[in-house]
Amino acid sequence: MIRRAQFKKPRNKLEESEISFHPPIIKDNLCCNCPSCKKIVFLEDLKNNLGVCPICSKHLKIKARERIQYIADADTFEELFGDLKSNNILNFPDYDQKLSASQDQSNENEAVITGVCEINDIKCCIFAMEPFFMMGSMGSVVGEKIARLFEYASERKLSVIGFTISGGARMQEGMLSLMQMAKVSAAVNRHSKLGLLYIAILCDPTAGGVTASFAMSADIIAAEPQALICFAGPRVIEQTIRQKLPPNFQKAEFLLEKGFIDIVMPRYDQKKFLTDMLKIHTFNQEKNAV
Amino acid sequence: MNAYEKLLKARSKDRATFSRFLNTIFDNFYEFHGDRRFADDLAVIGGVAYLGDLPVTVIGLEKGIDTKDKIKRNFGCANPEGYRKALRLMKQAEKFKRPVICFIDTSGAYCGIGAEERGQGQAISQNLTEMASLECPVIAIVIGEGGSGGALALSVADEIWMLENAVYSVISPEGCASILWKDAKRAQEAAECLKMTAEDLLNLGIIDKIIQEKNFDQTTKDIKELLTNTIKKLMSLSVKDLINNRYFKYRNMGNRFI
Ligand SMILES: [Zn+2]
Repeated sequence: MIRRAQFKKPRNKLEESEISFHPPIIKDNLCCNCPSCKKIVFLEDLKNNLGVCPICSKHLKIKARERIQYIADADTFEELFGDLKSNNILNFPDYDQKLSASQDQSNENEAVITGVCEINDIKCCIFAMEPFFMMGSMGSVVGEKIARLFEYASERKLSVIGFTISGGARMQEGMLSLMQMAKVSAAVNRHSKLGLLYIAILCDPTAGGVTASFAMSADIIAAEPQALICFAGPRVIEQTIRQKLPPNFQKAEFLLEKGFIDIVMPRYDQKKFLTDMLKIHTFNQEKNAV
Repeated sequence: MNAYEKLLKARSKDRATFSRFLNTIFDNFYEFHGDRRFADDLAVIGGVAYLGDLPVTVIGLEKGIDTKDKIKRNFGCANPEGYRKALRLMKQAEKFKRPVICFIDTSGAYCGIGAEERGQGQAISQNLTEMASLECPVIAIVIGEGGSGGALALSVADEIWMLENAVYSVISPEGCASILWKDAKRAQEAAECLKMTAEDLLNLGIIDKIIQEKNFDQTTKDIKELLTNTIKKLMSLSVKDLINNRYFKYRNMGNRFI
C-alpha cells in the first residue's frame, strides 16, 4: 500500500528549526519550575546538581560558561577569540536587535565559547555552544571561532572537546552561515588527519547544520540523556509525512540504538569520562613522543 | 527578475533537470547504483562518462521529468543513502584520479522518519569532511535550486558555479518567513533578505562563476567548454596545492565581514 504522504511533494528543509529553548522558569530568587516535570525545584539544588533536575533527572540547558566550569579544573580555562562579534552582513531585518538582545540575555559576545583548559591536569581545547544566544545558532563568527580552535589545537597537538547545542545554521546570515558547515568540517578534518582526538558531547538540542557537520564528525560522539539530536526538527517531519512521531524519536537513546552515537553520558559523569578518553587516546602518542 | 521570481523559475516544471544536462554535455555515460550499505537512492544519479576525451565522474540531484519520474526520484530530495552513494563514487574517482563534477538541483535533503533513522545528519557531515580533502578536482554547478545542507553535501568543491537563474539558500524563503514572521506568505520578502541569487552569491564570494542562460544548446556548450578548461587547470596542480587551495577557499569564506 502506498501512503498518501508519498505523493506529497516534500517540504523544504528548515535549517534553523522550530526547536524551542525552555529555560527553567524562575519563580523567585529561591526556586523555579522544571520545564520538564513542572515541579518546583530550588535553584540552589539545581546548581549543586549541575543543572540536572533533582526530581526527574532532566538535563536542563545551562550556560556555556557553567558547562566549562563543571568540566575544566579550577582556574585553568583561558578563553580564546572571545572578542569576535557578528555583524549584520546582509542587512537582514531585525538581526541587529536580535544580536544585541542575545548579548544582553546571555552576557556573551556570540553563541559559542572557545578556549583551552585542563581536565584533571590534561591540557586540551574546549568549546561550548551557548543556548541563550540565538538558540546557539551558527553564523560566521561561531564557525570562525570553532575553525580557529581546531587550527589552534592542530598547531599545538591538542585534543578538542566540544559541547554542541544549536538550532542549526543562522538564517540571518544566509549562505554565509551554511558555508560555516563546510569550513568547520574542513578544519576538523585537518585536525583529525594529524592523529589528534576530537570528542563531541551532543546536548539538547543539536539540530540542522550543526548535526550535519561537526557534531557528527568527532572520533567519539557522546550525548546527554534524552537530548534531541536531529537533522530535520520533529515538527518539520510531522508536517512532511503527516504522521505523529514516536515519543523517543530523535532522542539520544534512539540515536544510540540506531548506531549514530557511541555513548549516552549523564552530566555528572562527563568529567571522568573525558579524562579517561583523553588518557586512553593519547597514551601511545605520548609514549612515541618520548 | 527578483530573487523570488528566480526561485519560482528554478522550481518551474519547464526547467531542465540534471539528466538533460548529463545527456547533452557528456558522452558514454554509465550509471552506477547503490551505496553498498542500504539502497540505491534515485534522487541521486551518478556514474562515469566522457567529457570530450576526458573520463570523469558525474553526480547530480535529479528532481524528475514527469510525475511518475518525480515520485520515483522523491522530487530530488535525497535520503542518506543518496549522499553515501555520491561519496562512494567520489572516492572511486579519487582512486582512479579523475575529476568529479556535481550538479545541484534540490529543495533540500529529505526530512522523514527513515532519513533521520539512517542518519541524514551523519551522511551530510561525512560528505563535507571527505570532500574537503578529496584528492581529485571537484566542480559543483547549481543548475536549479540549491537547498541548504542537502545541496552543500554535493558542493564542497574547488569551484562552485551557478546558472544565471539558479538559487542557493540556507533555508527556503517559505521556511524562513514562517519561522521569523510566522507567515509563509512573506516568502517573497524573505527571498530578498536571504541573498540567494547567483549575483548575490558571487558578490558575497561564495560562488566563483555565473553561467549565462541562453538557449539550452548554447548554455550546455558553454558549460562543456568551461568544464574542460577549468579541469585542465585544476589537473595541472599538485594534489597538495589542490587540497590546500580548497581548504583556504572555505576557510576564508565570509572572513572579510568578520
Ligand atoms: Zn524535572
